[in-house]
Amino acid sequence: MNKELITLTVNGESREVAIPPHKLLLDVLREDLGLTGSKRGCDDSSCGACAVLVDGVPMLACVALAVSYQDCSITTVEGIGAPGELHPVQSGWADAGGSQCGFCSPGFLISAKALLDRNPDPSLDEIREALSSNLCRCTGYMQIYEAVKLAIERTQGGAAPVETAGTAAAGGR
Amino acid sequence: MAGHSIIGKPLAMTDSPGKVTGLGLYADDLAVPGMLCGRILHSPYPHARIRAIDTSAAEALPGVKAVVTGKDAPRPYGILPIGHDECVFAVDKARYIGDNVAAVAATSPEIAEQALELIRVDYEALPAWFDAEKSMQAEGEWIHADRARNIEKEYHHVFGDVDGGFAGADFVREQRYFAGEINHGAMEPHSTLAIWAPDARLTVHSSTQVPYYLHRTLSEVCEMPMSQIRVIKPLVGGGFGGKSEIIPLEVAAAVLARKSRRPVKITYTREEVFFAHRGRPITIVELKTGITRAGKISAVAARVIQDGGAYCGYGPVTVLYSGALLGAIYDIPALRYDGFRVLTNKPACGAMRGHGTVNVRFAFEALLDELACAAGLDPADVRRCNMLPAPCITVNGLRVTSYGLPECVEKVVERSGWNDKRGKLPPGKGMGLACSHYVSGAANPIIRSNMPHTTVHIKVDRDAAITVYSGASEIGQGSDTMQVQIVAEVLGVAPARIKLIAADTDLTPIDLGSYSSRVTFMAGNACLDAARNLRTQILEGVAQKYKVPVETLDLRESWVITLDDSRLKITFDDAIAAALEFRGALVAKGTYAPPEEARGGKHKGAGVGPSPSYSYSAQVAEVTVDRETGHVTVDRIVAAHDCGRALNPICVDGQVIGSVYMGMGQALQEEMVWHDGRLMNPSLLEYRMPTTLETPPIECIIVESMDPEGPFGAKEAGEGSLAATIPAIANAIYDAIGVRINSLPITPEKVLAAIREKEKQMATPAGGKGGRP
Repeated sequence: MNKELITLTVNGESREVAIPPHKLLLDVLREDLGLTGSKRGCDDSSCGACAVLVDGVPMLACVALAVSYQDCSITTVEGIGAPGELHPVQSGWADAGGSQCGFCSPGFLISAKALLDRNPDPSLDEIREALSSNLCRCTGYMQIYEAVKLAIERTQGGAAPVETAGTAAAGGR
Repeated sequence: MAGHSIIGKPLAMTDSPGKVTGLGLYADDLAVPGMLCGRILHSPYPHARIRAIDTSAAEALPGVKAVVTGKDAPRPYGILPIGHDECVFAVDKARYIGDNVAAVAATSPEIAEQALELIRVDYEALPAWFDAEKSMQAEGEWIHADRARNIEKEYHHVFGDVDGGFAGADFVREQRYFAGEINHGAMEPHSTLAIWAPDARLTVHSSTQVPYYLHRTLSEVCEMPMSQIRVIKPLVGGGFGGKSEIIPLEVAAAVLARKSRRPVKITYTREEVFFAHRGRPITIVELKTGITRAGKISAVAARVIQDGGAYCGYGPVTVLYSGALLGAIYDIPALRYDGFRVLTNKPACGAMRGHGTVNVRFAFEALLDELACAAGLDPADVRRCNMLPAPCITVNGLRVTSYGLPECVEKVVERSGWNDKRGKLPPGKGMGLACSHYVSGAANPIIRSNMPHTTVHIKVDRDAAITVYSGASEIGQGSDTMQVQIVAEVLGVAPARIKLIAADTDLTPIDLGSYSSRVTFMAGNACLDAARNLRTQILEGVAQKYKVPVETLDLRESWVITLDDSRLKITFDDAIAAALEFRGALVAKGTYAPPEEARGGKHKGAGVGPSPSYSYSAQVAEVTVDRETGHVTVDRIVAAHDCGRALNPICVDGQVIGSVYMGMGQALQEEMVWHDGRLMNPSLLEYRMPTTLETPPIECIIVESMDPEGPFGAKEAGEGSLAATIPAIANAIYDAIGVRINSLPITPEKVLAAIREKEKQMATPAGGKGGRP
């Protein structure tokens, strides 16, 4: 099939890719742009592991045609924050046990970031609701709620991170 | 605890930076130049002889680089030495819808899919069996010719005076329980990248819990020496047992890579994950239990039938665990067990979290609750009066060393408000209690030998980096973090100083894998042993260089000091330099092998069940049942888990809560639904794992019984809590509405039917039995 040259804005960078028009955004991110953070966990848009932000709104990249998103700003998990400069939602996730196997984490982090961007101080019910389209098979979700709460604390109060292997790695004991 | 600066701390997992940034690499994230896409052709028939396969059209398609069938890898394999009954591609027969028939490697997924459509298979449909009890009656055309009546294995065990026990009981109850089939549902679909190198070496990156068994099986099936094969485990997106045996795509990718001389990656679709399966089998449990008026269990008899699907897999182990783990939780004087593992024309079942114990524990704890009600006893008291006199050897030969179950029961009774609330809840609300346990690894390896179950190496060189080489497999449970913590603790350094190289068969010594909750106990003990050896070497070097007696030295917080005075205080780096001065780079080894006395009895099947140590769990579930719709809402679950010692409380909490969550899914909503061997819900949309909205608050209480042989007292935390959740919920439903649902999952349909049946009984003059206790 003939390829089309398109331009996508991903994590603040303009990227040109030549792709068949039917190619899914998830596959373009993973295969053409080397952004393998977004995951494919299902075939029917039911797991949420592929979620990305499109103009700030969480969307499933596994059911989105890449060609349709040329005029949008796309943020993947890699664009939320990098090692050494983690976004509070990421550091909260690491420190509260939000990730076990970690496969669902990119999608959850996207949903959590979208939630906190529009509602900086959500209730537990609001957190549950906002994360209800992401599946996690490891955690039973309790530590994911803790992770979101930790992110809120760190964003609001600038509260010092709890001592963790993460902070130990950065500064030593 | 005094003296431990790293053990027991809630540290973030060492691999979390990669997981929260999306930079950590799982198998499907890997790509190498020249990589081909592999796809597998699956059988559309549940049972069919394969008369011929014509691959010529597929081979001729431009972009196709290899097509393989059973002829390319005809050697049978299986995870158990007694169960080598599957080939990567069906050689003579396809045995389930989804069985593997052929595979292609092509330059794009589209070409690979097109090539699959061009493969012509001439099938001759055969009679098929979909129900275990009917399959056991089959008189011919058995699924495997050497398995008469489709019975893979049966075991019959009697311990103690069972008949006498029942005769002496004041209350005896007998029930039949059913549990539907469950899939692990790991979020990561299986993926394997196999790379064939010009020097005829094969490197396989795979989403596996068992790199060593994969290594071994690839060697057997590909007929290559293990020394020519390297297996590397990248990040694994959840296992729960679904990646704990050799999965067809792993062998298929290797065979395709060898034939095409190119790297080949295969990643399963979610439907293929259900085809590969290896999950928890449909289980029928016929259980009889007797108790005295005081609540003491006098005898137990169980007959278990497991619908194992088309291949052996871990089947005999599953059905043995179902019997063996009737023991090691309560003091049971007499036990009879009849277990049948039956073949059917469906995907093979295997090990899943709580392997073999879960469905039987559901039956056991539900029946014990029924007996407690019959005897007019508090279900918590019935558990209390059946505690083991640990340390002890159980009637079926299991050695129990540490036993926190009594404390678990007390903790959940207290936290849940059991004594105050039970019996006083509003209509439609109820609470139920149940217990469970699990092994901390199997004391006997799958392939019998005296080899240690884990070996760990630690290297220290001039850069003072401490590099741990361990074959243990991180699958999300915290394996890597646990090992780093133990080594850091022994050496008195920060965890960040430890580099861990794990699960790469070229670099790391053998560890048997992440299954049966063995990693903390076994790899942890091997790390402890290796780190202690290294510590001795370092201190001996310091003693030699600084001319101080070695026994006066200690390693603490990155310093080496003399214990009794201040004669010496040098940094860890200086200590390493001193030790290297005499010896060169330091290399320490540690191993773990279970002690002889933990390895169980001598009867047939005695090898399964024994463990160096058992974890314990007690739980209370609170539910609300809608009598109009039959819908059950779980309001809260309190779980106390005896993990021996919580090396990292965040990880223990996560494991226990995750287990409870998974048990809740099985209790109420998960089930693989079959129609004539076809799975009707092979997707995450229809196989309904609980979301945030269905998951209640789950509270974990850690109980530390300090196992005498566990590393720093630790034992398992990752599986033992799952089994208690299901009966705790079932018992709570009974408490709420006075009906017992003995079939999983407990769907609204079943609840409504049971309510109606009870109403019908109450309405007839002869009825009126049962009701709320």
